[in-house]
Parts: sequence; structure tokens; C-alpha cells
Amino acid sequence: MTEIASFAIEYRRFLDPDGQAVQPLPAFAQDPADLIPLYRAMVLTRSFDAKAVALQRTGRLGTFASSLGQEAVMAGTGAAMRPEDVLLPSFREQGAQFLRGAAMTDLLLYWGGDERGSDFAGPREDFPICVPVGTHAAHAAGVALAFQLRGEARAAVCVLGDGATSKGEVYEAMNLAGVWRLPVVFVVNNNQWAISVPRERQTAAQTLAQKAIAAGFGGVQVDGNDVIAVRDAVERALEQARSGGGPTLVEAVTYRLSDHTTVDDASRYRDDAEVSARWKDEPILRLRRHLTDAGAWSKEDEERLIAECGEEVEAAAEAYLATPVQPVESMFDWLYAELPGDLAEQRAGLVAEAGLAGGENDG
Amino acid sequence: MAEIALVEAVQLALARAMEEDETVLVLGEDVGVNGGVFRATDGLLARFGDKRVFDTPLAEALLAGISVGLGAQGFRPVTEFQFMGFFYPAIDQVANHAGRLRNRTRGRLTCPIVLRAPFGGGIHAPEHHSESFEAMFAHIPGIRVVIPSSPARAYGLLLAAIRDPDPVVFLEPKRVYRAPKEEVADDGTAAPLDCCFTLREGNDITLVTWGAMVQETLAAAETLSGQGVEAEVIDVATLKPLDMATILTSVEHTGRCVIIHEAPLSGGFGGEIAARLADRGLVSLTAPVKRVAGFDTVMPLPRLEEHYMPSARRILAAVREILEYA
Ligand SMILES: Cc1ncc(C[n+]2csc(CCOP(=O)(O)OP(=O)(O)O)c2C)c(N)n1
Ligand SMILES: [Mg+2]
Repeated sequence: MTEIASFAIEYRRFLDPDGQAVQPLPAFAQDPADLIPLYRAMVLTRSFDAKAVALQRTGRLGTFASSLGQEAVMAGTGAAMRPEDVLLPSFREQGAQFLRGAAMTDLLLYWGGDERGSDFAGPREDFPICVPVGTHAAHAAGVALAFQLRGEARAAVCVLGDGATSKGEVYEAMNLAGVWRLPVVFVVNNNQWAISVPRERQTAAQTLAQKAIAAGFGGVQVDGNDVIAVRDAVERALEQARSGGGPTLVEAVTYRLSDHTTVDDASRYRDDAEVSARWKDEPILRLRRHLTDAGAWSKEDEERLIAECGEEVEAAAEAYLATPVQPVESMFDWLYAELPGDLAEQRAGLVAEAGLAGGENDG
Repeated sequence: MAEIALVEAVQLALARAMEEDETVLVLGEDVGVNGGVFRATDGLLARFGDKRVFDTPLAEALLAGISVGLGAQGFRPVTEFQFMGFFYPAIDQVANHAGRLRNRTRGRLTCPIVLRAPFGGGIHAPEHHSESFEAMFAHIPGIRVVIPSSPARAYGLLLAAIRDPDPVVFLEPKRVYRAPKEEVADDGTAAPLDCCFTLREGNDITLVTWGAMVQETLAAAETLSGQGVEAEVIDVATLKPLDMATILTSVEHTGRCVIIHEAPLSGGFGGEIAARLADRGLVSLTAPVKRVAGFDTVMPLPRLEEHYMPSARRILAAVREILEYA
């Protein structure tokens, strides 16, 4: 017998759950002060998520997907990207979107049921969130092909879940990226759950990272609660992609501490004990320990940051709540570059109806 | 000017569009070296190179999905699906993404893509190679559905589809891919994407159709003319958006309408046209609206295929029935 293929999957971690370095830190993490923006990004995301859940609970926001416990995946990915790269998020990557410059008000507007929330300022070429699981992997390949054709040193970053890796389309996209060496990075947020289906019921593969091997490129597993490891891995993958070295899959191993969304009740399918046990691994605490041990973070710093983030989120929520509803006819106005005559009639009917109803929807 | 076939007109329009706009790309299975299984992309790789023409891996959802990504980045991919029967996995991308991207980002990202597929029966093709499910696409908001039925219209409509800033599903009736031929001026003139073509004028009955059924319908109209019945024949060509005005105007002076399509009857697009006639044209009608369509069966394999396909004979029978109403 001749062995014609073999592989190994690397697992990378820089900080252990106590915040202690387990190996020399990458350059960007040498000076603890440089890690404060990452820390801030995670705290801001947690603060935003808490507010969004509260808004939903009080009937002021639609269904929302919190990223509780996965803030390091979002912050690490967002921080690794350059402005000119393009992010294709799934639906709980708000933390990465904020670092890219998307406004909290806009994302609240989206989850509040207003399309204008996806017309965010900032990263204008970034995709809106993707609800049909995994379907955006192919878009990422298309975006990456556009960069490659124009000879631009840019890359696409597709963030998807552990559940999404079971979708055929995700493999189709990875396969193409491998063949054409597309400048794309697939970041898998392995939060152990796809609603109620645990990771081990999703695939018999030992890792999700190894799915890249079949597609002919490298996959790496990182501790997804170690923001340094996530940023480092995504940064390296992006450098490789931008310089023509092709795609990478980064599997960030983390844990979904929240319900799947605000309409989910995770106690139906997992033990509270499992969740409590995972709290000791959570990413914010880990980086805080590291910063505190290095003398770069104090109780006062923490209090100030929490207050600051709280204010920022409050202001965004107020701006969202104060945004008037769109005119009803806007449901027609962005369907096509120019509204076909066929639809003009339906639009006119709606406008007339809204007028009769007293125009209570007027933006 | 030489006479060319529909498939050659597609090729001509693709070459013209690629010549005039370097963001136009051609993607699909076997579209490069092989020039497509029907040769619709023949010669494009040699002429425009491998940065414009791409043989992709075999994955239909991917084909539509990368087109969405390229479209959002300002490219104009014209993507071939080898046969309509293999388009199903990509409908997800059309309905969930292509047709929605402009709307859901309020115009920030758009999707100027064309998804081409040969469709329909009548060429004794293997299983899964003869379906017509244009009505499924016509149900999807935010896209256009275009079906040429002659070489000249294929040329003009494809150019228009490629230049259009929104996603277009472009379905090519493969039964008339090679014949009949006609003269096509390669002058870059696009056809309108929102109006029917009246192919024959007449005052006695309106025959509404599209795709390969245009030929059968014209043949039936010819026979009727010999019998003293003048049929107006309308090629819908753009199912979505639908130009109902042309159909209504015709029915105003004929008072009668038969709709012919090859796709199964129930839920077929003929039902939409009939419903709109009932809504807006009832006062003009002197007889019921009749549909001649494929059966609600699985498309039979080639030995029974001709019994499935609506024929001139079936069209004539329907017309006679409708003409019997006073
Ligand atoms: C194609 C598709 N199937 C089902 C759903 C419903 N759904 C939404 S999220 C989800 C689980 C996704 O799990 P995973 O990919 O691990 O991402 P996570 O939610 O854990 O971030 C499901 C089944 C969907 N949105 N899209
Ligand atoms: Mg998951």
C-alpha cells in the first residue's frame, strides 16, 4: 500500500483561559496597549448584543442573533481585515461589522425590520448579512474572482457557522476557490451548535478545518476565544490571499453562550451546566486577565469602558428608535433600476391605499 | 447578410457584448474550450481569453452564486446552465439573492447578471433535458425572465439582457436552436425588454405564446388563414415584466384568445395571462380563454415526447372550439 495523501490540522492558541501566554505573541500583540482596541471591540459588541436582546424583549426590535461568547471571532476577524477587503457575514458578525465601520444604528435598523439598515455607511462593498445559511460562500468566491481579475491586492472574507459547513454550496465555493486560488478566507465560527444540533451531529469529520484539505488548500483551527489567535490566523490567511497564495479556512473553536436567537430557548436541548462550564473560557475575561496581569488595565479603565460602550449603544438605540418608517412605496422602489410598467400599477394601488389609510406610514 | 440560427445569434450577441464592455464575462460548464454543449459560446475563449471566459467546476448553485458576487463587484457575468433541468439547485441563489440584492441594500449592491439556459423539449434528449419551468422564475420578484423565439430576437434580447442593470434569466428554446434561420444584423441594436412582439396580425383570434411554441403557433395560423380565419400571433418574449397592454389591445379587436405553452398546464404562465385577461379584458371577450399546454405529467422520455408537446394540430382544435362561440 502506498499512502498518497495525508494531512495534519494545526491548532493555534496564544493565550490560555487565564490570559497567560502559552507561546511568544505575534508582533501586533507584543505591546499590551495595542490590544486595548480589540478588547474594546469585544466589550462594545457584548454591550450591543445585550441592548439588542433587551429591545427585542420589550417589543422594540425583531428577532436578533446575539454573538455572546463569540466576540473574539468577530473582533479578531474584523481587526485582521483591511478597509479595502470585503466582508461577507452570516448573521451574528456584528462585532466584525462594527470594526469595518458599519454603524450600530444601521444594524439595529435592519434587525428592527427596515431594509435601509443594510445600506450602511462605511464598508460600502461589504455584503449585508446572509440569512439562507451558507449561500454567501459562493458570493465570496465571486467577489474574490473580481479582485483576482482586476489584479487587486484585496481579499474576501466569508464568515459562516459550523452548521453551514454541511451545506453543499459551501463546499462548492471552497472547491472553486481551491482550483482558481481565489483570494478568499473562510472563517468558520464553530460555536458548537446549529440551533439545537450539536457539532458532532453535523459532521463525522474530526475538525471543520480539514474540509479545506479536500478542496486543495489549507485549514487551520484556532482557539476562537483567544482574540489574538483569531486575528493572527485571519491576518496570515489574508496576507496569503492578497499575495496570490490562494484561500484558507480558519476554524475558530468557540461556544455560543446565548440562545440561538431571541426566539430560541436553548434549555430545550442543552444543559445549563454545559453552558455555565463554558463561561470560564469566554474571550473577554481572558483578554482582560492578560491586560490586567501586564499592568495595562485597571478596574477604573474597565468601569470607564463599560460606561462608554453603554452610552454609545444607548445613543445608537435612540437614533434607531427615532428613525421614521420608510414610505410604503419603497418596497417597489429598489426592486429594479427602473420600475417596470407592469409594477407601476401595483405601486400606485399601494400608494392610494396608504393615502386612504391616513398616511400613518409616511416617512 | 447571411442567415443564421438562434444559437449562432446567441454567440454573436455574446461576442458583441464582450467586445463593447470588458466587464462582460462568460462562465459555465464546458463553455470555454468546448464552446458549450450547444456551441453557444464557441470561439469566445479563443477570441477573448481565459480572463473573460471560464470553464467552471460542475456546480450549479455555485454558478449562480459566483455570478451574484461578480455582479456586486460591477462585473456582468453571462452564466450558462447547460440544461434547464439542472438549474433547480441554483433557484435558491436567484430567489434569495440575485432578485433581492438591490432591494435589500437599497441600491448599494446590485446584480447585473444574465443566467442563460437552453430549455424545452422536442429534440429527443435524455431524461431531465427537456423541461420548461419558466413559470417558477416568473414568480420570483426582482428579476426579468426573457425567452427569445427567433435568431433576430435572440440577438437583440440577449444584448438588452446583458446591458440591463438587473438580473435576467434568459431561456433559449433549444428546439429552434438550429432552425429556422434568419438574417440578423450584427449592429449592436438591443430589443426592448418589456414588450411583446406581434408576429402576425389578424382580427379573428389572438394566439399568445413564447419559445419554441411560436413556430407551432405560426404554423397553425397559416393553416387557419387558408380557412379564412386570420389569427394575430403574439410572442410574449418577456414574461417578466409582462407587457399585458399588447395582449389586451389585440383581444380588444379579436375578442378571442388562446394561450399556448409547452410547460405543464397547472401553474403555468398561461394561467397568469388568462387571469389578467379575466381582470381587464373580460368585456372584449366573446369566448372563454383557452390554454393549450403540456400536461401535468413528468416530461416523457423521447418515445412519447411528441404526444406531450403541444402541436399545431392541438392548437387548431382549441381555436376551432373557441371560434364556435358566437
Ligand atoms: C438554508 C437554511 N436552512 C435553515 C435555516 C434556519 N437556520 C438559521 S440559523 C440555523 C443554524 C445555523 O447554524 P450555524 O451554521 O452553526 O451558525 P450559528 O447560528 O451557530 O452561528 C438554521 C438551521 C436557514 N436560515 N437557512
Ligand atoms: Mg453554530
